[in-house]
Amino acid sequence: MTQIIGTWIAAGLTLAIFSFLYKDNPFYKVAEHLYVGVSAAYAVLYAWANDVYPMLVEPMFLGRGAVTTADRWILLVPLLFGLMMLARWVPRIAWLSRWSIALTVGIAAGLGITGQIQGILLPQVAGTLVPLTSANNVLMVAGVIATLVYFYFSIAQKGAVKVGSRLGMVFIMVAFGASFGYTVMARISLLIGRLQFLVFDWLHVVK
Amino acid sequence: MRFFERIAAIDRRLIYLALALSVLIPLLFKMVLPTRVSEPVRAAYRSIDDLPEGSVVMISVDYDASSAPELQPIYLGILQHCFAKKLKVLVLGQWVMGTPFGELGLGRIAPLYDAVYGVDYVNLGYRPGYRAQMVGLGREIRDFFAVDSRGITLDSLPMMAGVHNYNQIDLLVGLEAGQAGDEWIQFAGARYGVDIVIGATGVVAPDKFHYLQARQIRGLIGGLQGAAEYETLIGKPGAAIAGMVAQSWAHLLLLAFIVLGNVGYFVMRRAKP
Repeated sequence: MTQIIGTWIAAGLTLAIFSFLYKDNPFYKVAEHLYVGVSAAYAVLYAWANDVYPMLVEPMFLGRGAVTTADRWILLVPLLFGLMMLARWVPRIAWLSRWSIALTVGIAAGLGITGQIQGILLPQVAGTLVPLTSANNVLMVAGVIATLVYFYFSIAQKGAVKVGSRLGMVFIMVAFGASFGYTVMARISLLIGRLQFLVFDWLHVVK
Repeated sequence: MRFFERIAAIDRRLIYLALALSVLIPLLFKMVLPTRVSEPVRAAYRSIDDLPEGSVVMISVDYDASSAPELQPIYLGILQHCFAKKLKVLVLGQWVMGTPFGELGLGRIAPLYDAVYGVDYVNLGYRPGYRAQMVGLGREIRDFFAVDSRGITLDSLPMMAGVHNYNQIDLLVGLEAGQAGDEWIQFAGARYGVDIVIGATGVVAPDKFHYLQARQIRGLIGGLQGAAEYETLIGKPGAAIAGMVAQSWAHLLLLAFIVLGNVGYFVMRRAKP
């Protein structure tokens, strides 16, 4: 019974969202706001129940789990930074949140830089250094060089550089075309998914 | 000329209707087209198929409802493949709204293979941390997941005995609707040498082919087409294969619209004084 009710609610909300294609209306607005509200509430409750409570409240205040005194004290650091982030809501002490934000940005930047170099730049350069023994390899290397020339703005784009730049633009356009094709497929897939739900799971028109 | 003028002024809602019908009719008549399996999907399939029994496959459910029609069929296909091969499945996610989809998939597929929670599969759920978490999992999973998504401590789950970090993960499957796949490749793949397979939405998939070419990932399953190919490989036709005829009809219709629109544009431009 619960599943039937859930299916009917989901079908109603799907139709409410689809109704926007005809024109903006209150049903669409209700469904849209409901989605945002439920998502936010779910995220907050999930983070509390599965992260903050078992990893901070329980070991620090209730002494549960295999924690030493040192482990409990070290938890003060994330607790303080978390509370400082909430200071944004109080204008007089809002500046405190900058410390938490600075920590977050610093960690993200540090991880990002090493990740980009170790995980993308070097392996991708290595992946481009291939023997030119097949048409695919030749095409790939030519594409990389031509695209780099297209984005090289320190010398005038004329002569051989202009030819390379134009070729690079062709490669970029082909890449955009492929991305657009995939995007069309993705959007149609979403429509297929919803219609499959309506036809199979809700209306049971097709078994 | 008048024809193209009328087409240019057509109510856009008629186009929506035509598109809806082009998708709906093939679904109603359960039309099926043969599926040709591409090499990136076959490589993804082989990465799982070649694993010995008991290997641990970590699946990261990094999507939510807005991408589920594309990625959930891939997830279900991979779960069926893993359970059929008697592999251990460890599910987690970088998107908090993805956790229900992780649980839904396990709840649907695990009973079909008599897979037991805690023994054959575990759902860790979501934790904040993102990049820091991906790096931290290389040290100790329990640092981020003291308990699983059901609130059970990991040490009390038989499957998790001896599973502490990436050293015990034989394959990571990232199901990606955003950037998390790039992060898995950077932090789990490049830093810890974890073998990775990516399943991605159609929007994300084109940005992942260079990882495949550079052998940073073992296989790539792109969008609903990739899901249909995977269903074909495991011999379990599902929502993806059922949806591909509708996909083809919709693409034909869109191509017709694009051609018509461009021809109309040039005809009308030429006719202008």
